[in-house]
Amino acid sequence: MAELFFHPGLVLVLGALLLPFLKGNARNAAILGVPLLALFCLWRLPEGTLWSAQWLDYELAPLAVDKLSRLFATIFLLMALGGGLFALGQKSRLEIPAAFVYAGSAVGVTLAGDLVTVFVCWELMAVGSTLVLWAGGNAGAFAASRRYVAIHLLGGVILFAGVAGHLLDTGDAAFTRMAPDSVAHWLILIGFLINAGAPPLSAWLPDAYPEASWSGSVFLSAFTTKTAVYVLLRGFPGTEFLIWIGIFMIFYGIVYALLENDMRRILAYSIVNQVGFMIAGIGIGTEMALNGAAAHAFAHIVYKALLLMSAGAVLAATGRRKCSELGGLFHSMPITTICGTIGALAISSFPFTSGFISKSMVTQAAIDGHLLWVWLALAAASAGVFLHAGIKFPWFVFFQKDSGLRPADPPASMRWAMIAFSFICIALGVWPEPLYALLPYRVDYVPYTGAHVLTQLQLLLFSGLAFFVMLPWLKRTLTITLDVDWVYRVALTGLCRAVGRLLRGLAAGIDGALREVGGALDADLERARQPGGLLLRNWPTGSMALWTLVMLLAYLLFYYLH
Amino acid sequence: MNLAAHLPAHLPALQVVLPLLAAPLAVLLRSGNAAFVLVTAVAWAAFAVSLGLWQQTGAGAVISYAIGSWPAPWGIELRVDRLSAFVLVLVSGMAAIVLPYCRQSIEREIPKEQHYLFYAMFALCLTGLLGITITGDAFNVFVFLEVSSLSTYVLIALGRDRRALMAAYQYLIMGTIGATFIVIGVGLLYLSTGTLNLADIGARLPQVSGSRPVLAALAFLTVGICLKLALFPLHQWLPSAYTYAPSAVSAFLAATATKVSVYVLLRFYFSVFGESLLFDRLPLPEIMLLLSLAAMFIASALAIFQDDLKRIFAYSSVAQIGYITLGLSFGSESGLTATVVHLFNHGLTKGALFMLAGILVIVAGGTSLSRLSGIGKAMPLASFGIVLGGLSLIGVPGTVGFVSKWYLVLAALEQGQWWLVMAIVASSLLAVVYVWRFVEIAWFREPRADLPKDRRIPLSLQIPAGLLVAATVYFGLDTSFTVGSAAAAAEQLLGMNQ
Repeated sequence: MAELFFHPGLVLVLGALLLPFLKGNARNAAILGVPLLALFCLWRLPEGTLWSAQWLDYELAPLAVDKLSRLFATIFLLMALGGGLFALGQKSRLEIPAAFVYAGSAVGVTLAGDLVTVFVCWELMAVGSTLVLWAGGNAGAFAASRRYVAIHLLGGVILFAGVAGHLLDTGDAAFTRMAPDSVAHWLILIGFLINAGAPPLSAWLPDAYPEASWSGSVFLSAFTTKTAVYVLLRGFPGTEFLIWIGIFMIFYGIVYALLENDMRRILAYSIVNQVGFMIAGIGIGTEMALNGAAAHAFAHIVYKALLLMSAGAVLAATGRRKCSELGGLFHSMPITTICGTIGALAISSFPFTSGFISKSMVTQAAIDGHLLWVWLALAAASAGVFLHAGIKFPWFVFFQKDSGLRPADPPASMRWAMIAFSFICIALGVWPEPLYALLPYRVDYVPYTGAHVLTQLQLLLFSGLAFFVMLPWLKRTLTITLDVDWVYRVALTGLCRAVGRLLRGLAAGIDGALREVGGALDADLERARQPGGLLLRNWPTGSMALWTLVMLLAYLLFYYLH
Repeated sequence: MNLAAHLPAHLPALQVVLPLLAAPLAVLLRSGNAAFVLVTAVAWAAFAVSLGLWQQTGAGAVISYAIGSWPAPWGIELRVDRLSAFVLVLVSGMAAIVLPYCRQSIEREIPKEQHYLFYAMFALCLTGLLGITITGDAFNVFVFLEVSSLSTYVLIALGRDRRALMAAYQYLIMGTIGATFIVIGVGLLYLSTGTLNLADIGARLPQVSGSRPVLAALAFLTVGICLKLALFPLHQWLPSAYTYAPSAVSAFLAATATKVSVYVLLRFYFSVFGESLLFDRLPLPEIMLLLSLAAMFIASALAIFQDDLKRIFAYSSVAQIGYITLGLSFGSESGLTATVVHLFNHGLTKGALFMLAGILVIVAGGTSLSRLSGIGKAMPLASFGIVLGGLSLIGVPGTVGFVSKWYLVLAALEQGQWWLVMAIVASSLLAVVYVWRFVEIAWFREPRADLPKDRRIPLSLQIPAGLLVAATVYFGLDTSFTVGSAAAAAEQLLGMNQ
């Protein structure tokens, strides 16, 4: 087969490398053209393993296509296109190229037929997303990017160990269905889950995403967690404990989002919450549930991007991000308000929006599987989603009390990006068949039955009622919500400082004691990092020779004793 | 006509004799330029010879060359197997790449009247390193070790920083102690077996194996060689020596000197003492494992706190040596493969990094981190090269560092040691930190105001450094040469005693 297939992810990454050399209209054209070209390449690919390579005795398949991978690659590329359009006016020249590398490597993961390629793209994704965060440009973004990259490197390390173990166990690099039955597979699963924002490390997500620029968080919301959903779908479908992980994430997201005041942090928590639905679906593992998880990922990327776009538009226009400082923006930002509201309706699974036709598949799968508790939890959570994202976000940002701000709607590129994504949200809701046709398994699910619509509407109405009844308690003040990241942001640094103080104290004590004995040992750790201190000094030749002697004696002793 | 036909049979002798003759010739020439041409030509010839030897040993043949036609146990034997051929390729190849770089580099760092001496010393150093690798005679190992060490002390002392003298002096003392230990070890072996030929000692040792002089010989050799290869905690001479030596010397030494010492260690362990003594009866693997882990973590952690780029790389070398000896401590074929392949891969990476550091010196005037702030904006290419090399130190896929680490992880997994796998990958996170320090300083600080406006870098500096950086990526993707040679060498090394 001599035909040449272009790798859509590679197209995007190469396009990203081209972008720094372009200016003005050529750059704008490239930003929109590259994802379109990649989409074109993607849809020209036939199914099957298209590239294969030999690496260290393993058969690699860097480009392999099936229905599931095409679905995810499509939405990732659509997202790169929409995000690129939205970010056209972004002043940072780093952000869009970084985002394209990020998106391209996410596409690379979805089109990878082997674990090694998955790992490589996985790491590239971490790099790309960190760069997107940096492009935020302020000190907060920089600090957040450090914590972010630390967590992701940790995840990468765990994944790497798992992949290595898997290759050694099986001798086969192919990325197929696994079960958590060996250390290697557990490590792979943990590596995947860290990226999905699963507990106990969920906090990296709401810690990092809101620190990006107004357009950066749109990109960030789409790829990392959904790539994790994709690999879990492919690698670990039907792993039961994922249901409970998912449900934990759902409620974690709701509770923290309700407590939160920063509009983009609310949306970040709701990413964890929505990914929880998908992971629960993967855990249920029936065809219906897997279809639902995939469809929900597709729909979620669109409406979450839309929500973050509207939040980004508000941030770009006002420079404010706290709910308590916003409000009444519908007067002067009608388009943003409408688009944000459509996104909010979609995330709440309002009938005739994309959320309705996808999330209901997961709940339906719970019913079909007779998982009563799971279904109850999912249903309760649906109400909770409406509460925190569906009403809370638009209400506090666009309506409620008038903050007196009168910013205009954003420039055309941002407006059109929002309008296009709103259109997709509604189009999918009204006409779900094209999406259903893309799903990995055959769909015989009809979303619009009287019972479905009625149940959902009742649920939404009552939670809406609850919101307005409880409004006084939901009004946010300037507070900080503690999360697990407190452990490594505050407690760990505090611990390190305390240990440092303790060590210094000990060292000072020993030092004093030694001085008293007459020894002139310079063991002051404070000075250790100064030139000539413990860490930087040149060792005197005598002490080097002493070490040699010590080693020789040790060896002789060990050898003779044996 | 006749000469060409005989040439292949005499390659082992040529490998050593060519650079050996070049040294006095360079002194006689008394001109830096002529010496440069001569020594560079000889280094490339040596590289060609080593490739020829690598070719000849390809099928697993062991070439034995009797000097002066005196047969082996009595006369001095040159012996080339797959391991030594591979190390010869590394050493002579690095010399061939570093030498073109030397000319412009030492022009800026060493007084003109000393240039011809520099090249003479370089040729001697190369002779010594190649000699150690190719010889089959235990005493010869010591002699060539001294040849290479003495010339190395001079090369380091040529550094323009006055601290270079101190570093060379320290290395001299330590190196002499190490060499003394080695010669004591060799002497004890000679006492016990009555022969100096390595293969012959290996054949006779089982009769006296386990006797105290043999154990003492092993201890002396281990400590002496570990000192030369800078295994923690005997690494203390290395950071200063690498930091203050001229840039080209740092690059050549970092890529070859410790690697040849590793080769000597492998040779003595596996071809002379044999793994049954070392791995079944003595606690050597445990000690090696412990020291390797200490090197990986402590040296990496120390690298984080250094305030000079070359010093960071020097400490990172100590840490990387820990990976090399870790593979050895498994005593398995995959472990040895990891050791041998990392020996090569790390040589490439460190060679590239020190050459690039030498390029930064030209513009920044030094390698202390305070001088390098904002250098990424002033010298994007060289700084990018350093980042690529740094990625290889971390072990990012697509670089040679990953290949080595991969085999190391496989070797650990083979023994079911999951905690070791986690230790290996966790220690690479420390490498992330020190590489990151450079990135932060190079790109996130404003360039110094006193940087010169003229930032042109001679091509003869850029091309060799660029070649090595490209090699770190190329051999990270196409591993057939490196892993193939290393696996074959490991197989031959372990098969020898069966």
